[in-house]
Amino acid sequence: MSDHTATGNGAVAEAQHEHPSYQRHHFETVDQQFDATNFAMWLFLLTEIMFFGGLFVSYLIMRNWYYPAFVEGSHQLSILWGTSNTAVLICSSFTMAMGVWAAEMHRKKSLLLFIGLTFVLGVAFLGIKYIEWHEKWEKHHVPGIHYSDASFLNPASDPEVYKEYHDKPLAPDMAAKTEEYFFLYFAMTGMHALHMVIGVGLLVYIFFRARTGAYTNGHFTFVENFGLYWHFVDIIWIFLYPLLYLISRY
Amino acid sequence: MSEATVVSLPDQSTARIPKMNFITKENGLLSWLLTGDHKRIATLYLVSITFFFFIGASLAALIRLELLTPQTSLMAADTYNKVFTMHGVIMVFLFLVPSVPATIGNFVIPMMVGAKDLALPKINLLSWYLYVIAGIMVIYTMAAGGVDTGWTFTTPLSTHYLNTHVITTGLAIFVAGFSSIFTGLNFIVTIHKMRCPGMTWFRLPLFVWSTYAASLLMVLGTPVLAITLVLVVLERLFHIGVFDPAFGGDPLLFQHLFWFYSHPAVYIMILPGMAVISEVVSTFSRKRVFGYTAVAFSSVAIAIFAFFVWAHHMFIMGISNYASLVFSLLTMLVAVPSAIKIFNWTFTMYKGSITFETPMLYAIGFMGLFTIGGLTGVFLGSTGTDIHLTETYFIVAHFHFVMVGGMLMAFLSGIHFWWPKWTGRMYPEKISQFAAVTTFIGFNFTFFPQFILGMLGMPRRYAAYPPEFQALNVFSTAGATILGVGYMLPLLYLTWSLKFGKIAGNNPWQATGLEWQTQSPPLTENFVETPIMDHEAYDYEWLEQQQQKEVASV
Amino acid sequence: MTEPHGTTPLNEQQEHEHHVVSPLIYLAILVCLLLATALTCGMSYIDLGEWHVAPGLTLFWNPVVALAIACTKMVLVVLFFMHVKYSPRLTKLTVASGLFMFLVLVGMTLADYFTRAWGRW
Repeated sequence: MSDHTATGNGAVAEAQHEHPSYQRHHFETVDQQFDATNFAMWLFLLTEIMFFGGLFVSYLIMRNWYYPAFVEGSHQLSILWGTSNTAVLICSSFTMAMGVWAAEMHRKKSLLLFIGLTFVLGVAFLGIKYIEWHEKWEKHHVPGIHYSDASFLNPASDPEVYKEYHDKPLAPDMAAKTEEYFFLYFAMTGMHALHMVIGVGLLVYIFFRARTGAYTNGHFTFVENFGLYWHFVDIIWIFLYPLLYLISRY
Repeated sequence: MSEATVVSLPDQSTARIPKMNFITKENGLLSWLLTGDHKRIATLYLVSITFFFFIGASLAALIRLELLTPQTSLMAADTYNKVFTMHGVIMVFLFLVPSVPATIGNFVIPMMVGAKDLALPKINLLSWYLYVIAGIMVIYTMAAGGVDTGWTFTTPLSTHYLNTHVITTGLAIFVAGFSSIFTGLNFIVTIHKMRCPGMTWFRLPLFVWSTYAASLLMVLGTPVLAITLVLVVLERLFHIGVFDPAFGGDPLLFQHLFWFYSHPAVYIMILPGMAVISEVVSTFSRKRVFGYTAVAFSSVAIAIFAFFVWAHHMFIMGISNYASLVFSLLTMLVAVPSAIKIFNWTFTMYKGSITFETPMLYAIGFMGLFTIGGLTGVFLGSTGTDIHLTETYFIVAHFHFVMVGGMLMAFLSGIHFWWPKWTGRMYPEKISQFAAVTTFIGFNFTFFPQFILGMLGMPRRYAAYPPEFQALNVFSTAGATILGVGYMLPLLYLTWSLKFGKIAGNNPWQATGLEWQTQSPPLTENFVETPIMDHEAYDYEWLEQQQQKEVASV
Repeated sequence: MTEPHGTTPLNEQQEHEHHVVSPLIYLAILVCLLLATALTCGMSYIDLGEWHVAPGLTLFWNPVVALAIACTKMVLVVLFFMHVKYSPRLTKLTVASGLFMFLVLVGMTLADYFTRAWGRW
């Protein structure tokens, strides 16, 4: 953006042959192109806020109604995995920000390094998520598919969780509502993971394009905009973590 | 009808359609299907939207035929449920929401702001493909047996009790939603970032302001509908969820989330209609729109208020009385910007030199019918009268006055208004004036009796009704026949005009917008060189000077 | 928003120079975010009690604190990682309107749920 010098005396776009190759024909200047796509990305994130917004509202209301079920449901989540995943995702956000910085500074090697790191951390996040989901599957805590509320009707039957939290048995109708908690858990983390998968896929694309020097020639719009997306996904997790894992641990 | 006219066409014996234009630039099906040109995408949209409009209209015809007699004589009650549901789904999501923005808006907005294209041409094309996918899914649903939830997908009816194709329809609307999100997003970016030099916010035509406001609603509201439908689909698939009371969910939560989008959606549908009317009323009154700034801000005000009124769809559903009170009060506020628009258009016409070309006839029809539709909305927004009127034919009449009397009239007005720009040819004036008047008469015959039926207590969504309501229903069906003629006529003569219409020239209406200062049909890049906006919007004196200059230079 | 928004390159460059944020700031933000994560995790093991605002309306401090920490983290990410601090006003406005609409969705919906128990007039 910085090295773009233009003759700004007239409004008529004359010197078309001066335009860099990455400028699309319908934009007057590279700046305009950057501004427009950047703003479009922000608007897209706006829609994403509202998209997750519907889930957050559902969560809020169900949590208020079925608070005990939500507390005991959350005790089934591993605080260790959840916290490490938060750390992993925050670190990936950092490496992504550094990746954008490398692109801005025209440093191809650092860009590849940071994009690679972000990719690794993103995959690590999904891996940990898989471990957590798999555990739910084995304990019959996947809603809608052979769900069992035995761990909530009789918490002692689940010694690992019981020795840590000493949960009291829930009344049968409240215990059934833990399925509601797990429904929201899977819907929210699932929707988040879907965004992660798309992000990781795009990271591979960016990595291979970056190897050809695509983003270190001054035109890093795509990396910058992808960074915004990645940080947004991070922010969603920043909220999911306390809402799903930390309802009440004392 | 007065003989006075504003139309100025070039000498027909010498005039030619410009050889180079966006239609002739490239040939072949692929050049259309892979195009990035906003005018071509608008054309694709126009064709597909017209297709779905006539499907939806045929379903409406079936509904009216069934209601001709008090018994269920034409189809079974179940079939009737499916027919009105598909009518609603197609008309709302595949016609009204994309109608003006995706066709006319797509076509004119880049030209109005003086740009070569929308900011994101590929996203624009993507949005059309998403629309087509959604359309195919809806047609598949119809072929496979339809869905009978009503277009509102009310839970737990849709998640628990019905055994029809809720999932495919839900996903179709999800896809259509993203189509409209991308259209709206593209418009906002274009209007912010692609204006030509000198085009300040307050020099933008009011069309742009209104479409901008509608785009805000698309971007902010539609995702909530999308996630709601995802939850409905999950609930049906896994029999667990947040909406069905049998699983501990709350059907009112569905209503909140659904109407958070679907009330603003009403303004997504009407605001672009208002956008068209501002242009048409000014052009055919030869006057700057009265109170330009007020009309501009009233669009934005409608967009903002739209998000604060959704619970007025839920007054009888058991929401808190206190919330009802607040939502009812806020609903009254929406009447203010709507009234500002109606008053300002009226003042624009006052002492203007009005001519009655077809777009103007439709626009005048809009102003009358929208006023009735809007004011009856105030009845429904008052908590007390709502309890009597809601879920009756009163509400059916109310939203058809706004959606059909308002939006469809505006859509037809806009199509006629920009037809010369789009195709380079004029539509036949006399027959189109006849069609406009027919539509107006047919519309009133169809929907006005439904206000009375609703007041008398005839409930909506039933295939049968008590015999005492028959007389008015016969009126309504008869009106629908006239209305049908009114809608068929434009399809026929507009198609005819593609080949046989008079050559329109650059600016047949003597209008001031930038889109009229370029050739018709426009070049792919819209303008030969980037225009510079050096005058206010609707400055007819500037236009006259401009034309005198041209005459002098020739 | 009201000033003429020309697309002449000169105007654009005056409007915003593209600001490059130093890696040191990123590093500092990373440390803050990790500390905040540890803090919010630790806080959830402490019972912070509750506040009886009015009969029938009780505020638990734990979720309030957890959400406050989450919001702080979000602000840090948005301002620095996403460069909003150095972005044009339009971007700031976009972010603000997103949060505002989200709060409208939550707030107006909850307004119904919380007042249902108040009964009739």
